[in-house]
Amino acid sequence: MSAANGTPLIEARDVTRILPGIVPTTLVHHIDLKIGGNEFLAITGPSGSGKSSLLYLLGLLDLPTSGEVLIRGRATAAMPEEERARTRLATLGFVFQFHFLLPEFTVLDNVTLPMRALGSLSARAMRERASSILAALGLADHLGKRPDQLSGGQRQRVAVARALANDPPVILADEPTGSLDSKSSGQVFDILCDLVHAQGKTVVAVTHDLSLAARMDRRVELIDGAIVSDAPTPAAALGA
Amino acid sequence: MKLVVDIALTHVRARARQTFVAVAGVATGVGFSIMMAALLQGSQQDFVRRLVDAMPHVTVSDERRRPTEQPGATFYDAAEIRGLKPQARRRGIKNPLATMAAIEAWAPGAVAPSVKVQAILRYASRDVGASIVGIDPRREAKVSDLPKYMRQGTITSLYRATNAIILGGRLAEKIGARVGSNITVQTSDGVRLYALVVGLFHSGVRAVDAGTAYTLAKTGQVLARQTGLVNEIRLRLNDPLAAPVAAARIERETGYKSVAWQEASEDLLNTLLIRNAIMYTVVGAILLVASFGTYNIISTITHEKARDIAIMKSLGFSEGRVRAIFVIEACLIGLAGALIGFGLGYAMTVVLGSIEIANPLSDVTRIPVAYSPLHYLMAAAVAIVSSFAAGYLPARKAARLHPVEIIRGAT
Repeated sequence: MSAANGTPLIEARDVTRILPGIVPTTLVHHIDLKIGGNEFLAITGPSGSGKSSLLYLLGLLDLPTSGEVLIRGRATAAMPEEERARTRLATLGFVFQFHFLLPEFTVLDNVTLPMRALGSLSARAMRERASSILAALGLADHLGKRPDQLSGGQRQRVAVARALANDPPVILADEPTGSLDSKSSGQVFDILCDLVHAQGKTVVAVTHDLSLAARMDRRVELIDGAIVSDAPTPAAALGA
Repeated sequence: MKLVVDIALTHVRARARQTFVAVAGVATGVGFSIMMAALLQGSQQDFVRRLVDAMPHVTVSDERRRPTEQPGATFYDAAEIRGLKPQARRRGIKNPLATMAAIEAWAPGAVAPSVKVQAILRYASRDVGASIVGIDPRREAKVSDLPKYMRQGTITSLYRATNAIILGGRLAEKIGARVGSNITVQTSDGVRLYALVVGLFHSGVRAVDAGTAYTLAKTGQVLARQTGLVNEIRLRLNDPLAAPVAAARIERETGYKSVAWQEASEDLLNTLLIRNAIMYTVVGAILLVASFGTYNIISTITHEKARDIAIMKSLGFSEGRVRAIFVIEACLIGLAGALIGFGLGYAMTVVLGSIEIANPLSDVTRIPVAYSPLHYLMAAAVAIVSSFAAGYLPARKAARLHPVEIIRGAT
């Protein structure tokens, strides 16, 4: 449940997010959650329960109204925007329900983009790394193609490759199989499983598909913006 | 920075049609601004040139700014002296040749003397009053456009006969004279001589064409009954704008009234100031409209990329970086539009300047246009600044949004 030094990779401390407005809307409230290394965590709940909102807060895409999200023990609310962006770049990889690839760029360019933004590798090393990730996901023949030349499943696999580009310890996925047919959905889920079990990464996935959630290791259930249960899945219990 | 430029270039290249429309929009704005500025400034320069060419830059006449002090006033310290007969003075500029030589010694340009006499021209029982200007044809050619205005004969034709005369076209019409006609010239002092018409001119100024005739200076002096008389010295300077300084110096040194063309055309120059204000207002309005067009096109493109902005932010691009991408993109479009607009503006100016306007009373003229780097710089600066604003403002707004808001909207 914890990272190597005992500090959680991601920790939410009493996190509440309220959307301002004439009638303020509470998305999530009083969330306490610790996510460690090599976890395969499902966030489930009915529509409007705050699953995606919680994921975006954990991924620093949104800021809590109160409470704190810590990444590797570091508080992030007071971080300058520049530093928060860099933390996101180095530590977190995102996969959304829709691929959200940049349409003007090739598959290879889309995957190298986060690496170029981080700037820690040479141009050649970036290309090699991106090619090898894409090859591992079965996309070796599509490096020069644009997203509109790929199928839905292929695009989502490219999105996974992009999330892995900077080798982040955590992948945050928001309904990663939600827009895919069952075959592609199975392929993407298998890739996520492999990331946890073969590469030791942490995957936090929002899903409304309870059968998929059951195949993961830990399930956090939200109802009306609050965690109502946080427990290992039966599969994890069996595996253990 | 390279990443930011690469992304901006990729956006611009990949959306060729959209980029083309945006660049074309900017280019059209820049091109038309340049053309209008060229047209407005050209017409203004043409107006000034015609004004300056139509008259000497400095006219020195045998008058004084203030009436000459009377001898009685010089001799007696009285408050006021009445009933004294004013001292009569001989007409004309004293020592005209020496005065001209003195002016020529320092004034860069040409100097010419003239004698002005009022007379009646008579031909075929028709009498018409006219100003007779006695000139030195060789010097005259350097200070006025009379040679250019000649329709028949040349100004050196004045040497062809003892009393040769060149008439304004309308004046000749009035008395029915033609080249070769012998007309009578008579002054109020009773001097009368016969003159041979050796040429006709057309200046385009009705009052001049209908009321002026040119003779040799010595013929003018005969008509004025004063040998050696010169009552006007005219200067054409190399730099017309230096005329007021030259006029002031001549007046200081000679005491004669010296009038620069600016002083003589004060009213017209005031009109010119108003024209200037109108010109800059029109060019400014065109640039403003063009800049709104530029802003509209580029800000639309940036708004359309709001989703990409959210994606890049979710990947870990900072706000500043995302903004920079769209600002560079907008500036690239603005720059490309400005460069193409330069070509378009230049081509339109050339075409406009080649249009001929036929006038039965004068030579064929072309629409006046002016070529100035300033027009291009101004148009480019407005295009690039408005492109910058068009990229910066929507990108700043989009980059400030939480990517979640856009991602949720997109899903």
